[in-house]
Amino acid sequence: MVNMIQYLHIIFLEIYKILFLLVPVLVSVAMIVWLDRRIWAFVQKRQGPNVVGPFGLLQSLADALKYMFKEVIVPSSANKVIFILAPIVTMTLALISWAVIPFSATQVIADINVGILYLFAVSSLGVYGIIMGGWASNSKYPFLGAIRSAAQMVSYEVSIGIIIINVLLCVGSLNLNDIVMAQENLWFVIPLFPMFVIFFISALAETNRPPFDLPEAEAELVAGYQTEYSGMMYAMFWLGEYANILLMCALGSILFLGGWLSPIEIYPFSLIPGFIWLIFKILFLFVLFALVKAIVPRYRYDQLMRLGWKIFLPLSLTWVVLTASYLFYFNLLPTS
Amino acid sequence: MLAHSIFFYTFSLIAIISAIMVTVSKNTVHSVFFLILDFISISCLFIMIGAEFLGMIMLIVYVGAVAVLFLFVVMMLNVAQQKNQWFSSEGSSKHIPIGLIISTIIFFELIIVIGGWKFKPDLVTSMSLTIDQNISNTHSIGYILYTDYIHVFQLSGMLLLVAMIGAIVLTFRQRTGVKRQSYFNQISRERADGVEMIEVPRNKGVKVDD
Repeated sequence: MVNMIQYLHIIFLEIYKILFLLVPVLVSVAMIVWLDRRIWAFVQKRQGPNVVGPFGLLQSLADALKYMFKEVIVPSSANKVIFILAPIVTMTLALISWAVIPFSATQVIADINVGILYLFAVSSLGVYGIIMGGWASNSKYPFLGAIRSAAQMVSYEVSIGIIIINVLLCVGSLNLNDIVMAQENLWFVIPLFPMFVIFFISALAETNRPPFDLPEAEAELVAGYQTEYSGMMYAMFWLGEYANILLMCALGSILFLGGWLSPIEIYPFSLIPGFIWLIFKILFLFVLFALVKAIVPRYRYDQLMRLGWKIFLPLSLTWVVLTASYLFYFNLLPTS
Repeated sequence: MLAHSIFFYTFSLIAIISAIMVTVSKNTVHSVFFLILDFISISCLFIMIGAEFLGMIMLIVYVGAVAVLFLFVVMMLNVAQQKNQWFSSEGSSKHIPIGLIISTIIFFELIIVIGGWKFKPDLVTSMSLTIDQNISNTHSIGYILYTDYIHVFQLSGMLLLVAMIGAIVLTFRQRTGVKRQSYFNQISRERADGVEMIEVPRNKGVKVDD
């Protein structure tokens, strides 16, 4: 009986921690959509959403409310189970990856040994939400969009994986907190700057952001894999997509920008808690994402594939060899 | 330990049921999805016995890459239709003996594995590999792969490379008469050589060479 109560206690504690992480993530996803639209508008000399609430801050909440009250239409020829499962898969995968993101040395839900592999595995599962949605819709545009998207995500995952190997060579551990701590003296963005640039571009492709948003290229494919979705199911796809973008920004800041470390360890800066620094870094990367969306035209599909396989893959592989040889020659390889 | 066994039995039940559903379900795309579920629950089992590296690699390689290709092929080829033709055709019955032989071999292998379970304590003590509890299993896999088994490891890598090149050579065909885009020319195109200003004489026009 005592055992049972202990179990329940642990379970409630974990649920409390999870809610304390997920609710802010979901709220910030809504805010980030607003920020994205605002930046996009400012670059194009428009106003953007500025009516609902102060500066239009509540626009996303209004949108979410609208989606909730819209009818969910399931096409009669769709494969119903998979059709409904697809947005759920996307949303779940986008949220479970936050479990391993460290917000400070202790503020992390699961401090596992293979944290970076977990993130990589979950992001490689993300393609299933899209394929399932595209196939189950039983319609031309979603299917084409899903196939494009799957090929694109699989291609760019390869280069992201190799970039992660670059960072891991300098760290010697797969734990995310160890990766952050290894950057105490020097953020990896400085020695591995080319890798940071490639990571950023691959992250754009991995999250289907412009200029690589071919899966939902509206001029060719209506809305890609989301064409048949409506109401809350569409909103879940949309939330999952933005949660994934935030996650990629978080991954980028952990791998290259020192995670929750403050840039300079002197008095006024060291007072600011780690998670604020992490949020600042995520926001910085997200603003870059939004700017790219506003200023770069969309790629052609063959250009996208060429960029992934013929440029990024050889470049990052060469860089692995370079990093490894440098570390080996100067005897800097991390010891466990 | 209670929670541990609950999770273990849940994951193994899911793994077994989804493995059965892979063979039973009529829709081939559904079978692939059940296969993916099977992979995921097996990797959860790996993680539960402490082999977290293997579990994650299983997820990344099998679920993230191999099963995506499976899904592609199954979705594009419309296998369901072909299967019905295949079963109704005359030639299908001559493959039954080969299938029977292979399944008997696998059956006996399974019996040997299950029978060998009895000798597991002897196996563990007679193993030449010692497990160091202090280092994480990622490190210990790395130590073993790059010291004792380096040649086997490199050889399997070479095999995969040969298989990859072979697949490319077998499926590659040179097509003639296809217009290819030269990225270099497209990107290096400047305004000076792309646009030309021409004074057009009145009532005469110009002849533009195309």
